[in-house]
Amino acid sequence: MLKRIAGIFSGVLVSTLLFVSTAGAYELVMPSMDYRTGPYAPNGIPFANGYHDYLVMLNERDGGINGVKINLVPCETAYNTKQGVECYEKVKGEGDGALIIQPLSTGITYQLIPKAPVDEIPVHSMGYGRTSAANGKVFKWIFNFPATYWDQAAVALKYIGDREGGLDKLNGKKIALVYHNSAYGKEPIRTLEAGAEKFGYEFMQLPVDHPGQEQKSTWLQIRREKPDWVLMWGWGVMNQVAIKEAASIRYPMDHFMGVWWSGSENDVLPAGEDADGYLSGAFHAPGDDFPAHDDIKKYVYDAGKTAPGAERERIGEVLYNRGLIAAVYASEAIRNAMDIHGTKEVNGAMVRDGLEAMDLTEARLTELGLPGFTIPVKVTCANHAGPRKVAIQQWDAKAKEWNFVSDFYDTMHDIVDPLIEEDSAGFAEENGITPRDC
Amino acid sequence: MSGEALFFLEVVISGLMAGVMYALVALGFVLIFKASGVLNFAQGVLALFAALALYDFIAPGGWVDDLFGFTFPIWAGIILTVGVMIIVAWLIERLVLQHLVQQEPIILFMSTIGLAYILEGVGDMLFGSDVKPLDIGIPQGASDWLLDNYGLYVEKLEVFAALTAAILVIVLAVFFQKTRIGRALRAVADDHQAALSVGVSLRTIWVIVWSVAGMVALVAGIMWGSKSGIQFSLSLIALKALPVLILGGFTSVPGAIIGGLIIGVGEKVAEVYLGPYVGGAIENWFAYVLALVFLFFRPQGLFGERIIERV
Amino acid sequence: MFYREAGQFKDSYESDQAIFPVAQDRWFVFGVVIAAFALVPFFIGDYWTNAVLLPLLAYSLAALGLNILTGYCGQVSLGTGGFLAVGAYTTFKLVTAFPELNFILVVLFSGATTAAVGVVFGLPSLRIKGFYLAVATLAAQFFLVWMFNKVEWFFNYSPTGQITMPPVELFGVLITGPRAPSAAKYLFCLGVVAVAAYAAKNIVRSRIGRAWMAIRDMDIAAELIGIRPLMTKLSAFAVSSFYIGMAGSLYFGVWLGSAEPIEAFGIEQSFLVLFMIIVGGLGSILGSFLGAAFMVLLPIVLKNFMVDGLSMAVVTAKHVEIMSLGMLIVFFLIVEPHGLARLWQIAKEKLRLWPFPH
Repeated sequence: MLKRIAGIFSGVLVSTLLFVSTAGAYELVMPSMDYRTGPYAPNGIPFANGYHDYLVMLNERDGGINGVKINLVPCETAYNTKQGVECYEKVKGEGDGALIIQPLSTGITYQLIPKAPVDEIPVHSMGYGRTSAANGKVFKWIFNFPATYWDQAAVALKYIGDREGGLDKLNGKKIALVYHNSAYGKEPIRTLEAGAEKFGYEFMQLPVDHPGQEQKSTWLQIRREKPDWVLMWGWGVMNQVAIKEAASIRYPMDHFMGVWWSGSENDVLPAGEDADGYLSGAFHAPGDDFPAHDDIKKYVYDAGKTAPGAERERIGEVLYNRGLIAAVYASEAIRNAMDIHGTKEVNGAMVRDGLEAMDLTEARLTELGLPGFTIPVKVTCANHAGPRKVAIQQWDAKAKEWNFVSDFYDTMHDIVDPLIEEDSAGFAEENGITPRDC
Repeated sequence: MSGEALFFLEVVISGLMAGVMYALVALGFVLIFKASGVLNFAQGVLALFAALALYDFIAPGGWVDDLFGFTFPIWAGIILTVGVMIIVAWLIERLVLQHLVQQEPIILFMSTIGLAYILEGVGDMLFGSDVKPLDIGIPQGASDWLLDNYGLYVEKLEVFAALTAAILVIVLAVFFQKTRIGRALRAVADDHQAALSVGVSLRTIWVIVWSVAGMVALVAGIMWGSKSGIQFSLSLIALKALPVLILGGFTSVPGAIIGGLIIGVGEKVAEVYLGPYVGGAIENWFAYVLALVFLFFRPQGLFGERIIERV
Repeated sequence: MFYREAGQFKDSYESDQAIFPVAQDRWFVFGVVIAAFALVPFFIGDYWTNAVLLPLLAYSLAALGLNILTGYCGQVSLGTGGFLAVGAYTTFKLVTAFPELNFILVVLFSGATTAAVGVVFGLPSLRIKGFYLAVATLAAQFFLVWMFNKVEWFFNYSPTGQITMPPVELFGVLITGPRAPSAAKYLFCLGVVAVAAYAAKNIVRSRIGRAWMAIRDMDIAAELIGIRPLMTKLSAFAVSSFYIGMAGSLYFGVWLGSAEPIEAFGIEQSFLVLFMIIVGGLGSILGSFLGAAFMVLLPIVLKNFMVDGLSMAVVTAKHVEIMSLGMLIVFFLIVEPHGLARLWQIAKEKLRLWPFPH
């Protein structure tokens, strides 16, 4: 098989030809902020492929969204904020104007939060970015459904409570957080501190510097302190090393739980059998046995319209499915916008309305070929984070697959909501925003 | 032993082992600096490149498997990778260094940065950016025997790396001291002009040195690749080697090893015992501060050549 | 022929000591500056401002600062990222604590704070030299970034440690934040950079600048002729850090608008600015600008050419871009190891003789 050589050459020549626009016709401009290079590329690639494949499949199968072609504009950020800024400035004016931006990086999201209302392009930071953007009254243009990091932290506590036999059993327990020493990694700290106050567990913080190849001292501390549970907010190579180190010190894997960005095949495979039982958060199902995946194989892979280097076997990986669900949300928002405004030529402001009117029911998911893939999402004017529910999945190293081990837990509103309120009020005050009435 | 003392021992051992891992990277720097006065910024990328090449020779799904439908056994893969590194060294000499003879150190340093970019681009394009788990049968995980009998946690991969490093240093020492090429290398390191005048070919020496550094990079790439999978981040380990290099001196092979050990132990002890009081993640700057303290007493590093200043 | 000095007589000491003694140079530089101030603002949109010009100006200023230290005084520094952070955080603390403070003062204060920090981390330079000195500055780099990431006071206790610049007005015009007009941001940065470059050009010709160069060329010899190494080296650290601090202020305040310490001020920035001055030319004010332009513009030009011009897939384009950047660096070093500034000089020599090179 010469697929790799073919991949390189097709990358050079063919791939963007798919999106060559026919001058004049209105197209839906959907930028895709990829990172297929740099230290975080192994995580960026499957996500970008999922996003790409779903939208290309819509183009091939349905001729786009409601018959309007999608112009997918990829831009390489290398998970670097400055390159992300360059990308954003470039893609925002592409064609008839970008409709929705999914920055796929906390740093880039923070850059875009003040820019979105000015450029009138909604930002959907799906399960990352600034948590308090959940407050739609203050953050009119930013969406972060279906859940936020603070919800994930709260759900982790709930799950631990279930395993320990009740949240009151958390009292006197020790919970450690191993985190990427960046804005992203620090997100859950406030919530876990609030939880420590309420439930009386001891909270230990262990930062790991980028990129995180050398974590000996972190895990030695865990070996000494023997926390009952270890949570992880990691990304990239840090995840793989942490899971290996945890296995080395014989930390029980089923007491080690990552955020949804620390729970992909990439993270557990290098540790082999030792990773068996590792837990992570999730807001969508793993696997490729959904009708939508079949359509992707048929219309994208069989037709040879894949992104350069994409492999059929990797369809259905966790991060692939995450890219896919991001594309589903984006395309549904555009469909909503078309319905609300009764036009097929939507703009960023209309898509914002579409996002705010997002009501993705189970019936609709089934229509899309994704029955049971994720929970229904309903966004409102005040709540931009949607259902805020998270499930826990577990790695089965023998079968090499992730399985859900819990239902979707609701967040702890009593802990998280006041924190969101406080942080968003602070932002509103700093920037002179009057919260909307809704 | 009491629990606390045992734990301290663990920290020190882990520090020593981590130090060896850093030293493996630092060694490559030292070899090149010694022979050509170039601070080779591309050493980290070289390690990544070597590991990627090895992976593609031996792993199912690699280039060789894709093209010809079979994979090489590990030993053959290593030999072939060494061949690749020699070709890379030759190319570097032909295309870059040859044209920069007699330039200032900082210019040579900059040219290796250009090299790092080139290797990174080529590596990414040829081999892809995914994580590639490297398994060539190096033992991994905690040593069960020590853990069960003595409650002592020691990572097998790192012991293996330490032994490899020891063998590597012995081989290098013999190579430098006993062989003809080794003597020529030392002559060049001592005085370029004098070596040239007695008929040592500088260009051949540079190719040899870069090849040897490429092999050291391969060893480093294998060790780090086994630890975290082969991926782009591997090239960033060069940064961990810098304090080691500075502490040990740019020109000393034993300096790289001992510098590595000191940095490794120092940063682990600091992180574990001091880190919790100041919020953690102090390892990185602590390594540099430690090196700085040493430099105040010996401005040329522990084993560096004495700097003699004349007007 | 196009660049002839014949007939330009210097009849006073002032004209002999002019910054640009040759009329063509003078008019050329005036022309560029006037065009930059009076023409460019009418043609730039968001993309040009945010993706090209603002980073170019901020990095030029930083490169100018580092060039003073490394190019003129010969002290290698890899602490630029950390010093940028000091400037940025000073700006952030000042504008959040005193919103009424004139932003020009904020920029100057940021420079001053950074200069103080720079002097402290410059102390080891008296004992440690060459690449070994890089370690002292690397210690500064890692320590400063760690500190800004850990000490909550610096980022006003925000839950993530991310700092965000509030909108600031200067003379009634917004100059920070996304609502500020592109031209205002650009003109403000350009103004700061132009004044700073003019000052730098003069400083390096002054007594202190000549002392720096003496230390660079041979510090023992310089000491023997009565130059005090302590004052000279520390003043280089101070002036250099002052520039880098101002650059940090523009970099965070005007360009990025929000930043997190590890990414925005990481070691990569230190290397990047060092690359700029080496590629541009050590010990050259012009070189700092050329180097910054090379490292900022080239990737963007390459990328846009390959993606839009050749319709390459973005990921392949990125790989080719990294590779080409490396090749161009090596190529330029081989052609002219003393940087782009030297190439410019050679070009002028050629123009002087053209079309009769012999």
